[in-house]
Amino acid sequence: MSILTYREALGRAMTEEMVRDPKVFLMGEEVAQYNGAYKVSKGMLDRFGPERVIDSPISEGGFAGLGVGAAMVGLRPIIEMMTWNFGIQAFDQIINHAAKMLYMSSGQFNVPIVFRGPNGAAHMLAAQHSQTIEGMLTQVPGLKVVTSCNPADGYGLLKSSIRDNNPVIFLESEMMYAMKGEVPDDEHLIPLGVGSIKRAGQHVTLIAWAKMVSRAMDCAEQLAAEGVECEVIDPRCLRPLDEEMIFNSVRKTHRIVIIEEAYQAASVGSYIAEQVQRFCFDELDAPVMRVANEFVPMPYAESLEHLVMPEVERIIPVIKQVLYMR
Amino acid sequence: MAQLIIMPKLSDTMEEGAVANWLKKEGDSIEEGQDLVEIETDKATMTYSSFAEGVILKILLAPHKAAPLNAPMCVIGKKDETYNLDELIQKAAANIKPDKKSGDKKPAPTKPAVSPPAASSSAHTPPADARVASNERVKASPLAKKMAADKGINIATISGSGPSGRVIAKDLETVSSGASGPRAVRSGEDRVIANTMMRKTIAKRLLAGKNEAPHFYLTVSADMSRMNDWRVRLNKEADKTGVKVSVNDLVTLSVAKALVKHREINASWQGDSILEYGNVHVAMAVALPTGLVTPVIRFTDQLNIREIAKQSKELAGKAKDGKLSNEDYAGGTITISNLGMFGIEEFTAIINPPQASILAVGATILTPFVDAKGLVVVQPRMKITMSCDHRVIDGVMGAQFLQTLVSYLEEPLNML
Repeated sequence: MSILTYREALGRAMTEEMVRDPKVFLMGEEVAQYNGAYKVSKGMLDRFGPERVIDSPISEGGFAGLGVGAAMVGLRPIIEMMTWNFGIQAFDQIINHAAKMLYMSSGQFNVPIVFRGPNGAAHMLAAQHSQTIEGMLTQVPGLKVVTSCNPADGYGLLKSSIRDNNPVIFLESEMMYAMKGEVPDDEHLIPLGVGSIKRAGQHVTLIAWAKMVSRAMDCAEQLAAEGVECEVIDPRCLRPLDEEMIFNSVRKTHRIVIIEEAYQAASVGSYIAEQVQRFCFDELDAPVMRVANEFVPMPYAESLEHLVMPEVERIIPVIKQVLYMR
Repeated sequence: MAQLIIMPKLSDTMEEGAVANWLKKEGDSIEEGQDLVEIETDKATMTYSSFAEGVILKILLAPHKAAPLNAPMCVIGKKDETYNLDELIQKAAANIKPDKKSGDKKPAPTKPAVSPPAASSSAHTPPADARVASNERVKASPLAKKMAADKGINIATISGSGPSGRVIAKDLETVSSGASGPRAVRSGEDRVIANTMMRKTIAKRLLAGKNEAPHFYLTVSADMSRMNDWRVRLNKEADKTGVKVSVNDLVTLSVAKALVKHREINASWQGDSILEYGNVHVAMAVALPTGLVTPVIRFTDQLNIREIAKQSKELAGKAKDGKLSNEDYAGGTITISNLGMFGIEEFTAIINPPQASILAVGATILTPFVDAKGLVVVQPRMKITMSCDHRVIDGVMGAQFLQTLVSYLEEPLNML
C-alpha cells in the first residue's frame, strides 16, 4: 500500500493503462504542457510525448468529437473536461454520438472512450461552475457513469473505465484531488457496477457517492455516539447501478436515506428511491427519504453555498426521522 | 358563524381526553346546554354540554382516540354553512390563553391527520377498538403490515407509535404471534389491552411519585385489641345509626388526629419551599376493576368516627359507579392504602404526589407478642408501613408521627 492523493491515483491509473495499451491516449485542455488544470496528468507529456498526451483547443464539442471518431476506428481515448460545467458543451457528441453509435451502427462501432473531469460544486465557483451532471447522463442509454470517493476507488475504477468498451463518464471533484488515501501497490481493478459498503450498520442505510460519501460517514460517526449504526453504501457506478447491494442493505435496516449533491427532481437519488420502494416495499418501516441540493442556482456566497448543499446538520435530522427518533 | 369545539380541560390534571361517546351525530341540531359528547378524562367519564347552538357540521374526533387538550372535536354552525377548517383552527388557537399556573402556552388545536368517520346514528358507540369496528384506514409502514401478517395479528388492534399514529416495526416487535401454527403444546394467546385514561394516569402519576420523591419506609405494629373492642361496640348500634364502622375507618380517624399533632407530616414538597397544609384531608385508595382511585375525605380531623365511616362508604360507592367528581379527588394531604382484607401482613406503597407520605395498612393478625413484663401474650396486631418523601419528612419526624398514631390505635381515648 502507498499513500497517494486522489489526483496522483488517477494519474497513476492513466499512466499504467497507457503503458499497458498503446491505443490509449489523453486529450483535453492543458493536459500536456501545463500538466493538467488540476495536475492529474502531471509528468505524462514527458513520459508519453505529444502524440499521446495532447493539448486541445478550448472547444469541448470539437475535441470530444475527435475522441468519438478516434474510438470508432480503434483507439481508446481519455478525454479530460477541465470541469463538467464546460463538458456540457460536448453533450451533443456524448449523447448523440458516443452513446448511440453502437446501437445506430447495428453493433459495428464500439466507442471505447472515457470522458473524465471534476463534477459538482467546488468552493465559491457560483451558479455556472458548480453543477452536477450525473442526473442528466444516467438518463442516456449507452453510457456508463462512474464516481469515486477516495484514491483507491478512483484508481481501480478509472482503470476499469479505460478498459471498458463503452463510453464511460468518469466524475471527479476539485475538492477531492488533494485527498490522501491508501492505494494498493499492485495493479487493482474494480469492476464497474459493483457498489461498496463503506461502513456496515444495521439501523439505517445511507446511500451516497462521490464527495457525499464523506458527509454520510460524518453523520454515521456522530450518530454512532447515540447508538445508531448507519450502513453507508457507495454505489460508485451510477449506471450500471448495484441495486442488489442497496436492496440487501434495506432488507436489513428497513430504512434508507439517500444523500446526493444534485437537485431532487429526476435525479439518481429519485431513481434509487423508486427502485427501493418498488422492490423493497414490504421491508420499509419508514418512507424513503432524500437529502439533496436546494433547488436554486448555486450561490456564490460561501455561507449560502453551505445552505444549498447537503451538510451534516441537514442530513442528521432526516436520518433521525426515518428512525423515529424524537 | 361556524364554531370549532375543542377538547376542554375537565379536570386540573387533565392533559388529554378521549371521546367516549358522541351524543349527537353530524347533521343533528343542538341547543346551548344540551349534552353533546361524553369525554373520558384521566379520572372519569364526563358529559360535556354544548356552549354553542346550531347544527353539528362535522365531527373531527373519533371515539376512543386520545387527543390532547384543545384538539379539535367538532364544528357547529348553521345548517349547510360552509366554513374553512384551517381558519377555525387558527382562530381557536389565537383564543387560547396561557396556563396561569405554569405560564406555559397550552397546546394549540391542530388539524386532525384524518377525518374520522361520522358518529353512528345510535348513541351507543361500538365498545371495542373503534378502528376495527369502523374499518378506518390503519396507518402502518409496509414492514409493520408484513410483520403483522406473518404473526397473524390484526394490525388495527395495534396502537402505532409513529407519526400520526403510524404502526411501525417497533410496535409489533413486542407483540406475540396470534397465528396457530403446528405446535406440540397448546399456547395461550396474548392479549393487548389498550390503556384507558385511568391506566395512563396511574402510570404517569406513580412513575412521577416514585421517581421524584426519594422514598424511605418506616414500619410499626400496633395492638388493635382496644380498637377492635370499640368497633364491636360501635357496630352494636349500627341498626340505630345506620352506619357500620370498618377497621380502616378507625385507622383513618387515628391518622387524621395524629396529623393534627404532627403538622409537618401533613405537607408537600413545592420545589423552593415546603407547603404545610392548613387542613387535614385524608385520601383513601379504592381498588376498581379498571384501576385505582383515591377519593378524599375532607376535613377528616373534624369528623367523628361515624361521619368518617359514612363518607368513606359513599366515596367508595361513587368510585365503583364511576361517579366521582373532580372535587372528590382534589386536595388530599395523605393517602391510606389498605390491603388487610386480603390478608397482606405488610407492604410498601408509592407516594401519591404532591403528598409527602402514604400509609400502607396490613391485616390485623393474632400474633404472639412479648410484652413489657417479658410475658408472651397473643394480641391482634396490625402493621403499618409509612412511605415518606425524604425531601419533606426526616426519619425522626416520621417515627414520632407513627408513635402518636400507634398510641391512638392502642388506646383510642388518647385521641381525646
